Amino acid sequence: MRIVKALFLTLALGASVPLGQAHAETLKIAGPWEIAGIDPAQTGYVFSRLQVAETLVTADREGKLVPGLAESWSVGEDGLSWRFTLRQNAVFHDGSPVTAETAAASLNRALAGVGVLSQAPIAKIVHEDRDVVVTLSKPFSALPAYLVHFSTIILAPSSFDAAGKVTGIVGSGPYRVKTLTPPARLEMEASGNWWGGAPGIADVSYLAVGQGETRAVMAESGEADLVFSMLPVSVDRLKADPKLDVQIATIPRTRLIKLNAASPFFDQIEERQAVSLALDRTGIAKVILRNPELAATQLFPPAMPGWHAADLPPLTRDIEQAKALLAKAGWTPGSDGILEQDGRRFSVGLITYASWPELPPIATAIQAQLREVGIEAKVSVGNSSEIPARHQDGTLEMGLVSRLYSIVPDPLGTLLNDYAPGGSDWGATGWENAEMQDTIAKLAVAGDPAERASLQHRSVEILQAELPGIPVTWSELAVVSNKRIAGVEVDPLEVNYGVAAIRWAK
Amino acid sequence: MKRFLLARLAQMVVVAVTVGALCFILMRVLPGDAAMRIAAGRYGPDAGIAGAAEKVRLELGLDRPWPAQFLDWLGDLLRFDLGHSLVTGAPVIEELKTQLGASVWLAAAALFLSLLIGPTIGLLSGLKPGGLADRLGLAGAAVFRAVPPFVLGLVLMLVFSKQFGWLPPAGFGSPREILLPALTLALGLAAMSSRVTRNAVTAVASAPYFAFARYKGLPEPVVVRRHGLRNAAIPVVSYLGLQAIYLIEGVVVVESLFAYPGIGHALVHAIVERDIPMVQGTALTMGLMFVVITAAVDAVSLWLDPRLRRAS
Repeated sequence: MRIVKALFLTLALGASVPLGQAHAETLKIAGPWEIAGIDPAQTGYVFSRLQVAETLVTADREGKLVPGLAESWSVGEDGLSWRFTLRQNAVFHDGSPVTAETAAASLNRALAGVGVLSQAPIAKIVHEDRDVVVTLSKPFSALPAYLVHFSTIILAPSSFDAAGKVTGIVGSGPYRVKTLTPPARLEMEASGNWWGGAPGIADVSYLAVGQGETRAVMAESGEADLVFSMLPVSVDRLKADPKLDVQIATIPRTRLIKLNAASPFFDQIEERQAVSLALDRTGIAKVILRNPELAATQLFPPAMPGWHAADLPPLTRDIEQAKALLAKAGWTPGSDGILEQDGRRFSVGLITYASWPELPPIATAIQAQLREVGIEAKVSVGNSSEIPARHQDGTLEMGLVSRLYSIVPDPLGTLLNDYAPGGSDWGATGWENAEMQDTIAKLAVAGDPAERASLQHRSVEILQAELPGIPVTWSELAVVSNKRIAGVEVDPLEVNYGVAAIRWAK
Repeated sequence: MKRFLLARLAQMVVVAVTVGALCFILMRVLPGDAAMRIAAGRYGPDAGIAGAAEKVRLELGLDRPWPAQFLDWLGDLLRFDLGHSLVTGAPVIEELKTQLGASVWLAAAALFLSLLIGPTIGLLSGLKPGGLADRLGLAGAAVFRAVPPFVLGLVLMLVFSKQFGWLPPAGFGSPREILLPALTLALGLAAMSSRVTRNAVTAVASAPYFAFARYKGLPEPVVVRRHGLRNAAIPVVSYLGLQAIYLIEGVVVVESLFAYPGIGHALVHAIVERDIPMVQGTALTMGLMFVVITAAVDAVSLWLDPRLRRAS
């Protein structure tokens, strides 16, 4: 009976609490990211974006590297010894100072674990006075960009248990963790001792909401003040709402078809070009993403200066030319319209995954478009690990992937990984190009801006000509904020949401 | 009574071992590399999964022979230790406390709401079969049963959150947030239980003992209370047992829609990410809950229906 009473009270109370009163002073944020496990390599991005923990280096809205916990950095003559000088006034939430020693310990932990740091040629990380000294095994100019990555957040020693496992996030940012209820909720409050001053709003709560429709209703009902990652279908409706502001930024993420260039279907460049010519990118972008501007005419969008080469001939649709190229590559139409070569039908698997809701519909659109040139694609939607697994065992034919080029703010970080010898999980399969490898290796060392620009242009040119992956669409991030808050700025790199700069609108 | 309890206890042990073994076997025959799945679950789809999978394999000892892994699990179970989640690293028991606990509250709230709605409508319908209440009840039941929970949930969200702004569309922790998901589930449940109640009440109302109670001049409310409710409750209670089970299984969609961190949502993730201890722990706890629920239903039925007691 007591349980029934408690339930009844719960429901009755629920119905009677007036809206908005319970959390009047809390800034409510909703986003799709669940907090599954608190190891920095797993969900460090939640804590770095929401400014609980900080990295040595960070990036501004344009992607320029700016000081984080390190106030300056420099590299020695040999290009091997990097010195990051820590700011003196940074304090962890438990009151202990951020020292070079604690920072080096966090970085060494990141280096040993899973994350981008292990991909940089780092020999050792030590501390000297106020400096963290990183010694490389070969020159690598992109190192500071790697220290922006969320897996390199600097945590206080009290974040770890005796075995070195993370038991709580004790960072140095403007907010400290008040309560964390994995996987869905994080409540934060102003830490009171941030080197950058007091945040505009002291109490912030984050709720992980997986469904895009639900996030849209949260914004519309005023239950969330700031909502990240809206579905394209909701954006127009939200824009029409007078209570809301919608901001959209192009992000360095490209959806592309990953091809196995070692398979008999895609080993000739004509075949890859034909697949590219068969795609109606504008149609896909218009119907599925509701923005025709997102049709990818090359790998990187115009919003990435230095990496978008405006002078390159754009990837377009031309069915007749696609058919001609396939004929040139030795494919002839069979009785059912599907191409054949030496008795082999042009029938390939196209695998994708549902981590991004738009990928499966894009895959089916590609399936229909490829059918027009005589290629049969069999779509299967699986887990995101399927594509790396099929890449590893060599059975991959085509995969539709969503690739992020700002894993570290410099796209070079992703390219080094994707087009390395032997290919990679999300990059090339069965495609190796000595000039590409040479160009990105030079880029990793080059410091001179003019030299970098020409190398970047060359690498984009090679990718456009060789098509080891076929760009389909670019991506954008839609962020909705209630007009009762001001100071919201979208970060295309998603390094830092600038929550501390948000304040209540007058 | 003692025999009843002992039998149920034995049932529990059988359920525990069977469920544990079945989960273990099923998770191993699933296609795909477990280390890859776990790595993808931990580090997300932007990470270098193949490299991470190698570290995961070493860390978790996934290449050990599987009988050794199963015996480990069984040994831990005897010490009431469900192990740690392979993905989040937290103890399974902690995850269950939050997530299963949240689901149980949601299910209980839904059942409670459905009990307010379903049997009431059923009673009104059953007392006058073919009447206005009966026909409206039938129409309502057909509609709410036919509409899938995610559509119903969205409609409720649009009405109560967007239009009126009364209730939050997502979240958990405070009483306000449980109402919409609970109502979504409750309407579907009430659709069925109202019809079951209606049929039970109709059967009772046309029974000779019910007519006799009326003939001897008892007022209608007394007839229903003394001779109707208890008799009609027998099939309804058995049916509620089934519904409770349906509820715990069927909350997945509703939990995802309302961003409610319950066990349905967690279990789907755990299976996709090959989080074996989490799947085993969840299945085990849910299996034991089913045993408890059926035992409770049996006990209530025994109390309601003296004929069963005499039979045993």
